[in-house]
Amino acid sequence: MNFDYLFDHWREVLDLTWEHIELCALAIGLALIFAIPLGILISAVPRLRFTTIAILGAIYTIPSLAFLAFLIPVPTLGLGRESAVVVLAAYAQLALVRNMQTGLTGVDPTVIEAARGTGMTPIQSLMHVRLPLALPVLIAGLRIATVSTISLATVTAWISAGGLGTLLFEGITFNRPSMILAGTVAITALALSADLLLRLAERLTPASRALHSAQS
Amino acid sequence: MSDRPDQPNEPPIAIHYDRVTKIYPNGNQSAVSDLSLDVIKGDLVVLLGPSGCGKTTLLKMTNRLIEPTTGSISIDGVEIHSLPAPELRRRIGYVIQQTGLFPHMRVEDNIAVVPKLLKWDRQRIHDRVDELLDLVGLPPAGYRRRYPAQLSGGEQQRVGLARALAVSPDTMLMDEPFGALDAITRSHLQMELRRIHQTLGQTIIFVTHDIDEAVRLADQIVIMREGRIVQSGDPLEIVTNPADAFVSELVGASDALRRLSLIESGTVATPLAAGIAPPAESIPASTDVRTAFGTMLGAGLRAIGLTDANGDLIGTIDLDTVREIARTHPVEVST
Repeated sequence: MNFDYLFDHWREVLDLTWEHIELCALAIGLALIFAIPLGILISAVPRLRFTTIAILGAIYTIPSLAFLAFLIPVPTLGLGRESAVVVLAAYAQLALVRNMQTGLTGVDPTVIEAARGTGMTPIQSLMHVRLPLALPVLIAGLRIATVSTISLATVTAWISAGGLGTLLFEGITFNRPSMILAGTVAITALALSADLLLRLAERLTPASRALHSAQS
Repeated sequence: MSDRPDQPNEPPIAIHYDRVTKIYPNGNQSAVSDLSLDVIKGDLVVLLGPSGCGKTTLLKMTNRLIEPTTGSISIDGVEIHSLPAPELRRRIGYVIQQTGLFPHMRVEDNIAVVPKLLKWDRQRIHDRVDELLDLVGLPPAGYRRRYPAQLSGGEQQRVGLARALAVSPDTMLMDEPFGALDAITRSHLQMELRRIHQTLGQTIIFVTHDIDEAVRLADQIVIMREGRIVQSGDPLEIVTNPADAFVSELVGASDALRRLSLIESGTVATPLAAGIAPPAESIPASTDVRTAFGTMLGAGLRAIGLTDANGDLIGTIDLDTVREIARTHPVEVST
């Protein structure tokens, strides 16, 4: 096992990394479109909370290969990136929605009452007070979802969705450990960078800055 | 104080509660029960009573944070349900105990919340924030850019007050605003509030369970128990003439009365002025102020004379003086 493949084919690894990023970005983007309204909904309607989280939890336990296999026969999805994006977005729901709900319901009730008392409408209270205060928790959810999507997106190479998983599958098929290592290094580096970036974003939210300001 | 334009006998009513009842869905007992009350424009009215007496419920029904089950409330003659709740609330200053400041916003943004909702332009908001910070005793240069977490409890409550005052509301609701503060900070803020109230003259409804705070601040004290008004009146009237055992127990803990009984009337006498008729009744100057006040109430007089050891009239003491003493902070009295 050595780093030969990584050094000799760095341009190919870089291209696949970019493909991987695209795949994950599409998946997370799609996931957010569903997760944000769903999170707001279940934080506003407690009755829906248990069932929603239970369903998302059940989806999370479907083995990824099986999930992908299910989607191959579906028209317009089939083999390739589309199915992969759908599967990855579905897995990301749990972390995103759960943190969205925890973040929103965790806002100090006196602050919410103050928002009402100053004459904010429910929408204004959500936009100006509750979402900004929940933002660090939301970004934490996004970080967990992103990191797990990056690692999960290797499996989707199995249905020709591209990305760094291609190196792993080919490495196994052609018995080239150096290729597997190159893929692993790139995926790990990508996951760690995403983690770091989103941790930074978490710290830069007004709510976190306000909190840290007290300790300075 | 209240402005009384043409009819001295009928001061204008700012807030009118008409047979207001609140029954919570889960409770069989009403939190507020068939309560009627008129609040005179410009008065600072303190709702006083033990926890669970309905004072906070009554306060929160005023800006529709809680909806009454039956009855109606009007402010300046307008029924509060005749306009959307958020619009109503923007016209009413609201201050709560845990300050309710938005922790992710700087002081300036907290204060600017309502002006921004009302879409004031930036310059106007900027100037108003400076003005308000000055008013509540926080120099704008040092405080504008701070976050609430960087302020002491007292400073936070000053910002809360500034936020409530932002669009110069005619009406203010204050829900135990100083309850969580230490005694010294609390008395400072009480004095600030009185100063601001005297300057701006809003109608204020102030909820507390602290009789001393009530005596210090109120133009009118409304004592509540189990959702009803037990007694309502001028602070000294309440303190010296409690309606029943409940009220007397409530005010029994008051420093105000004790303070009155510690002071000799002679030390606060108003010197006799030429041309003013001597009061109809007089007592020895060595009598304590509490007794003097009792005599005034008994005789129905606004002032009585004070005599020296020889029985010669040396001055008078009047209701305003008594009231001022009752309101004075204990720290100042102990000297």
